[in-house]
Amino acid sequence: MSLELIWYVLYVIIISGYAILDGFDLGVGMLSPFIAHTDTERRIMLNAIGPVWDGNEVWLVLGGGALFAAFPLVYASLFSGFYIAMMLVLLVLIGRTVAIEFRSKRESRRWRTTWDFVFSGSSFGITVLLGVALGNVIRGVALDQGGNMNVGLADLLNPFSIGVAVTAVAMFMLHGSIFLSQKVEGDLLDRVTALVPRLMIAFFVLMTALIGWTLLRTETFADNYRDRPWIAVFPVLALAAALLAWRQVQRSRYFTAFLASATMIAALLCAVAAGLYPVMIPSSIDPAYSLTVHNASAADPTLTVMLVFAIIGMPFVVLYTAGVYYFFRGRVRLDEESY
Amino acid sequence: MSTELLNRIQFGLTVSFHFIFPPLSLGVGLVLIIFGVKSVRTGDPKWRQLSTFWVKIYGLIFSMGIATGIVQEFEFGTNWSNYSRFVGNIFGSLLAAEGIFAFMLEGGFLGLMLFGGTRLGNRLWLFATTMVVVGATFSATWIVMANSWMQTPQGFEINDVGQGPQAFMTSFQDVVFTPSFIPRILHLLAASWMVGTSMVLSVGAYYLLRKRHVDLARTMIRVALPLFTVLAIAQVALFGANQAIEVSKQQPAKLAAMEGVYSTRTCAPMYILGWTDQKTQQTTGLAVPCLLSFLTDQNFDASVTGLEATPQADWPEVNLVFQMYHLMINLGMLFIAIGLAACSLWVWRQKLWTNRWILRALVASVFLTELATLSGWWTAEFGRQPWIVWNVLRTAGAQSPNVGTGQLIFSIGMFVVLYAVVLYTFLRLLDRQIKQGPPPPSDESTIESLPDSFGEIFRRRSRVSSGTD
Repeated sequence: MSLELIWYVLYVIIISGYAILDGFDLGVGMLSPFIAHTDTERRIMLNAIGPVWDGNEVWLVLGGGALFAAFPLVYASLFSGFYIAMMLVLLVLIGRTVAIEFRSKRESRRWRTTWDFVFSGSSFGITVLLGVALGNVIRGVALDQGGNMNVGLADLLNPFSIGVAVTAVAMFMLHGSIFLSQKVEGDLLDRVTALVPRLMIAFFVLMTALIGWTLLRTETFADNYRDRPWIAVFPVLALAAALLAWRQVQRSRYFTAFLASATMIAALLCAVAAGLYPVMIPSSIDPAYSLTVHNASAADPTLTVMLVFAIIGMPFVVLYTAGVYYFFRGRVRLDEESY
Repeated sequence: MSTELLNRIQFGLTVSFHFIFPPLSLGVGLVLIIFGVKSVRTGDPKWRQLSTFWVKIYGLIFSMGIATGIVQEFEFGTNWSNYSRFVGNIFGSLLAAEGIFAFMLEGGFLGLMLFGGTRLGNRLWLFATTMVVVGATFSATWIVMANSWMQTPQGFEINDVGQGPQAFMTSFQDVVFTPSFIPRILHLLAASWMVGTSMVLSVGAYYLLRKRHVDLARTMIRVALPLFTVLAIAQVALFGANQAIEVSKQQPAKLAAMEGVYSTRTCAPMYILGWTDQKTQQTTGLAVPCLLSFLTDQNFDASVTGLEATPQADWPEVNLVFQMYHLMINLGMLFIAIGLAACSLWVWRQKLWTNRWILRALVASVFLTELATLSGWWTAEFGRQPWIVWNVLRTAGAQSPNVGTGQLIFSIGMFVVLYAVVLYTFLRLLDRQIKQGPPPPSDESTIESLPDSFGEIFRRRSRVSSGTD
C-alpha cells in the first residue's frame, strides 16, 4: 500500500469522522425550530450538543489541515475554485459558533429568537453548502491544466448537487434525531421519536435514488464499480446499516440505532471515495487535467511525517473523545452553566 | 486596486481580528490554572468563585477564537492558492499537526472546563482547565512554527513538478526548528501572558474603582500584578531583546526597516520616536545614540547592516514597519512603568487599593497590551514583505489566479460587516458579564459531593445512569 493510498484512506476516515460527529449536531440545529416549542426545550436541544459540538467541528479543521498537507494541489484548487461558496461556509460557521455561545446570555425574547434563527439557519447552511460542494466534486468541475477553476454560485447549484445537498440535510436530520432520542425526555422525546420514522423514509428514498443517479450520470463511477466489483460492499453496507437503524428505531433501541446511522454515513462516504479513486477532483474539461491521489499528493517525506503524527495523535483523540461522551451521557439537565 | 492588495487587505483584516483572542485565552488560561491550584491547595471557596467567574469570560473569548480562527485555514486555499501549492508539503503539515495535537485536545476538554463548575471537584476541574490551556499553547506553538518557517525558511528544496515549482521537505527537524522559532515563541507566549494578566488586572481595578466585590478584586490583582510586572520586565530585557538580535542576524533588511537604517553604519542609534521617509532615505526623531548597535551585538561600535545592502525592490514599507515597531517598544516600556508603579503603591502602605490614577491605568492596560501584541505581529508580518516566504517566494503571485476583484470585494465586505456585528456583540456581552460580577460562593458540601477523580466518575455515573437507560 503506497503512502498516497494510505493518506487517501485516512482522509476518508477524517471526513467520515466529521460527518458522523458534526452531522448529528448540525442535525439538532436544523431540527430545533421544528420540534422545540418552548425556550426551555430549545435550551435542552442546544445543551444536548453543548459540551461536544466544538470538538466535533475540530474534525472539519483537521480535514482542512490534512488536505492542505497531504494533497496540497487539491486543497488549493478546490478552495480557490469554490471561492464564494467557501466564503459563505465561513459566514455560517462563524454565525453558528457565536449563536451557540451568545444565545442564552440574555433573557430578552427578541435576542434569543434572533440567535435561534442564526443557529438553525447556519446549521442548514453548512449542510447544504458542503452537500453542494460534494455533489460538484462527484459530478466533475471545469478544472484547467494549471489546476484552476472558477465556479460561480449559479454553476454550483445544478440539479445533481442540489440532490446531494437535500439528501445530506435529510441524513443529518435523521442522525440528529436519533442522537436526540437519547438526550431528551417528556413531550420533546415524543415529538422526536414520532419524527424519526418519517425522516427515515424520506432519507431512504433519497439515498436510493441518489445512488442510482450517481451510477447512471457519472461514467467514472460506473466504470470503477464495474472494474472493482468488491467496492460495491460500501453502498450495500450503507443500505444494510440504514435498514438496521430502522429496525432498532422501531424497537426504541436508540443507542444501537445511532451506531447504525453512523456506520451508514461512513459507508456512503466510502462508496463515493471508492467510486472516484484514484481521482480526487475530476476535470470536466479533460480527464487528463483531473487531480488524482498520484499527481496531487505531497511527497513521501511529508506523508511519512504526517503518518507518524496520525499514529501518535489518533489514539489520544479517540481516548478523550470517548471520555467526554461518556462523561456527558444521559439525558440533559439544565443548570446555571448551561447555554 | 490589484487583486494582490485586496487579498492582503482581507488576510490582514481577518488574521488581525483573530489575533485579538488567542493571546487573551492563553493568558487568562494561565491565571485560571493558578486559581485552580490555589483552590486545590487551600480549599478556600473564594478560589472556586473566581474560577467560576473567569471560566465564563474564558468561554466567551475562546468561542471568538474558534469562530475567527478557522477563517485563516480556509484563506490559504481560497485566497493564496499558489502559495498553498508551493508550501503545502511543509506549511500544510504544520497546520495538520496543530489540528491533531492542539485542537483535538482543546476541543475534547473545553466542554469539561466550561461545564465543570457544577459537575467536577476542584482537582478534576483543574485537570480539564490545564488540558485546554496546554492545547491552546500547543496551538500557538505550531502556528508560530509555521510562521517562523515563512520568516526564516530552511530544510527544503524546490522542484518543478506538475503545476509549477513546489517546496519539498528535506529535513523535518530543520523545518520545525528554524532559527527564528524559539525566540519568537518565547516572545509571543510572554506577550500572551501579559495580555491575559492585564485582563484580570483590568477587571479587578474596575471593581475597586466602583467599590464592588472588593475582596475578590484584591485577590485578582494580588495574583495578576506580580506576574504582569515580572513579565513586562522580562519581555523587554530578555525575550524582546533576544528576538531583535535574531532578526538582525536572520533578516537584516527587516531590522534596518524597524529602525530606519538606510546605510550600513557603526554606532547606530535607536529611536524613541521618529519618522522615516523611504524616498529621501532620511530618518529623523528622538534617538539614543549607539543603542541599536549595542542591542544587536552588545557592542556600541558594532556595525548594523542598512537597507542599502538589499535591492530597493525587496524593501518592506519602511515607515510602516518603523512605526509599528516603535509603538510596540514604547508600550512595552509603559507596561514596566505601570507594573512597577502599581507594585510600589501596593508595598507602600497599601495605597494601590485606593489610588484612582493607578487603578485607571490598570483598567486601560488590557487594551494597551492587545495593541502592543498586535503591533508586534504587524512588525513581523509587514517587515517580511515583499516576501511571503522570506527570500524564496514573493507575495505578488502567491494569490489565487482564479479569484477576481469582484469576488474579493464581496468577501472583504462580508467580513467587515460580520466582524463588526460579532465584535460589538462580544464586547456588550463581556461588559455585561463583568458588571454582573462573580457568583456568590457555592456551598462547600455541594463541591465535596462532586466527583474528583477518574475512578469516582465511573462509580458515580454507573449508579446515576442505571435508571435512565
